[in-house]
Amino acid sequence: MNAESKIELGTLTVSTSPHIRCEESISKIMWTVNAALAPAALFSVYQFGMGAFSNLILCIVAAVGAEYLILKWQGKPMVANDGSAFLTGLLLAMNIPSTLPWYMPFLGAVVAIGIAKHTMGGLGYNIFNPALVGRAFLLASWPIAMTTWPSMASKVDGMTSATPLGILKLQGYEKLVQVFGDQAVMYKSLFFGTRSGSMGETSAILLLLGGIFLIYKGYIKWQVPVFMIGTVGLMTFVFGGKAGLFTGDPILNMMSGGLILGAFFMATDMVTIPITTKGQIIFAVGAGLLTVLIRLLGGYPEGVCYAILLMNCVTPLIDRLVKPVKYGARR
Amino acid sequence: MKLWDIFYKGIFEQNPIFRLALSLCPALAVTSTVMNALAMGLSVLFVITANNVVVSIFRKCVNPKVRVPVYITSIATIVTVVQLVLQAFLPVLYKELSIYLALIVVFAIILARAEVFAAKNGVIPSMFDGLGMGAGFAGAMVLIGAIRELFGAGTILGVSIFGAAYNPALIMILPPGGFILIGLMIASFNLMGEYQAKAKAKAAGRSEA
Repeated sequence: MNAESKIELGTLTVSTSPHIRCEESISKIMWTVNAALAPAALFSVYQFGMGAFSNLILCIVAAVGAEYLILKWQGKPMVANDGSAFLTGLLLAMNIPSTLPWYMPFLGAVVAIGIAKHTMGGLGYNIFNPALVGRAFLLASWPIAMTTWPSMASKVDGMTSATPLGILKLQGYEKLVQVFGDQAVMYKSLFFGTRSGSMGETSAILLLLGGIFLIYKGYIKWQVPVFMIGTVGLMTFVFGGKAGLFTGDPILNMMSGGLILGAFFMATDMVTIPITTKGQIIFAVGAGLLTVLIRLLGGYPEGVCYAILLMNCVTPLIDRLVKPVKYGARR
Repeated sequence: MKLWDIFYKGIFEQNPIFRLALSLCPALAVTSTVMNALAMGLSVLFVITANNVVVSIFRKCVNPKVRVPVYITSIATIVTVVQLVLQAFLPVLYKELSIYLALIVVFAIILARAEVFAAKNGVIPSMFDGLGMGAGFAGAMVLIGAIRELFGAGTILGVSIFGAAYNPALIMILPPGGFILIGLMIASFNLMGEYQAKAKAKAAGRSEA
């Protein structure tokens, strides 16, 4: 009887000692990821004010509450406080504009936990990233509210403006530079996050710091964000310019939209990404390509959400493709 | 009494959409409003009943080897009648349902009832089977259509329910909303069936004791 069939029977063999004891647990990893996201989340509250704060609280409370009720109803072990539902709520809140009326983030979080996570069987069984499903649900339901962004330039309540990518799509590159003043100012405000957009996608530097912290802890592989963001930069440099090939602005495209948030915190979701490093690289490059396709040719200005969801679909296929071969066996 | 049972099983116990999960294509495609769902439901009710009667009448003189082509021919004839009638008297509705009317020919539930029931039973029971299954189908369609129209547009049969302040969730009248809703409804029907079975087992246990 080989190891695989033993696992199926639920009889894992314990080898003779010594054993290496692993200190990691689901809840420790999840709370660390939450902590890595916290600076960017707090910054968004500072930037967008009460709307952002109430959205954060609403999403998290709704996600954890839904998790609690569903686990209780199904009679499963109570793990609602393991931080995974908290993370889903947090990520969802960072993916939406801060101006949404209260019921939208609430419903989005309930759909994310109830439909994307628990109809598949709960944590570890979901095919799609729950937070992204919640966002896709909201975008399909209320497209206008979901693409109306609070303006940061004026800091006046009720003012709205398009995101950098929205301006780029509808009015072109020159207009976008004009909005910011000049190119250097534009890069700077993209990097430090003083621009309009959804709550979590504004501050590139805080997201980068959080992401690097996770790489340092070993919870995510550096290959995923590097390859995903790199693919987007390369492809937009080659095909993004209006004047011809190799005239696009890769820095703008790499720093704007939800790309950094998506590449570091959502594409790397342990449940929905291939297992091997090779598979994860394929996943990241695919997600980057799809993002560029949607940004340049699609109807939406931003495509990170759908790109990651689409790659989630093919994760099992990638896993099969890059399955390591047993020593001595032929593929 | 027995005829009632044959009729009634199509409504809940063997509801075509929620329990048998047959003919999901129209349940997804034409249920974005109550009116479309109702029209499609009634068309199928008529086709399934008429086809069951026809198949039942000729069940003894059809060679089993060619039974499926014969069923399809019969269904296609009846569907053509429905199409022409709708086109003549309700041209607006005909346009709305468009291709899906012609597709009734290949709806799984109609062929299934012909094969499973009408080919083995007399004319009257077959008719009641068709009526029950058709009614179950139409009821399910209208239920799905009502929920989708209510939340996706805030109206029922075009009449505003929630008032102008309601911000409709567009996803409900888009295909993903249909998928999610039908999934949830099938789940709740299964849950209901489970509870019923449990209650029945409990009652049986009590009467034995």
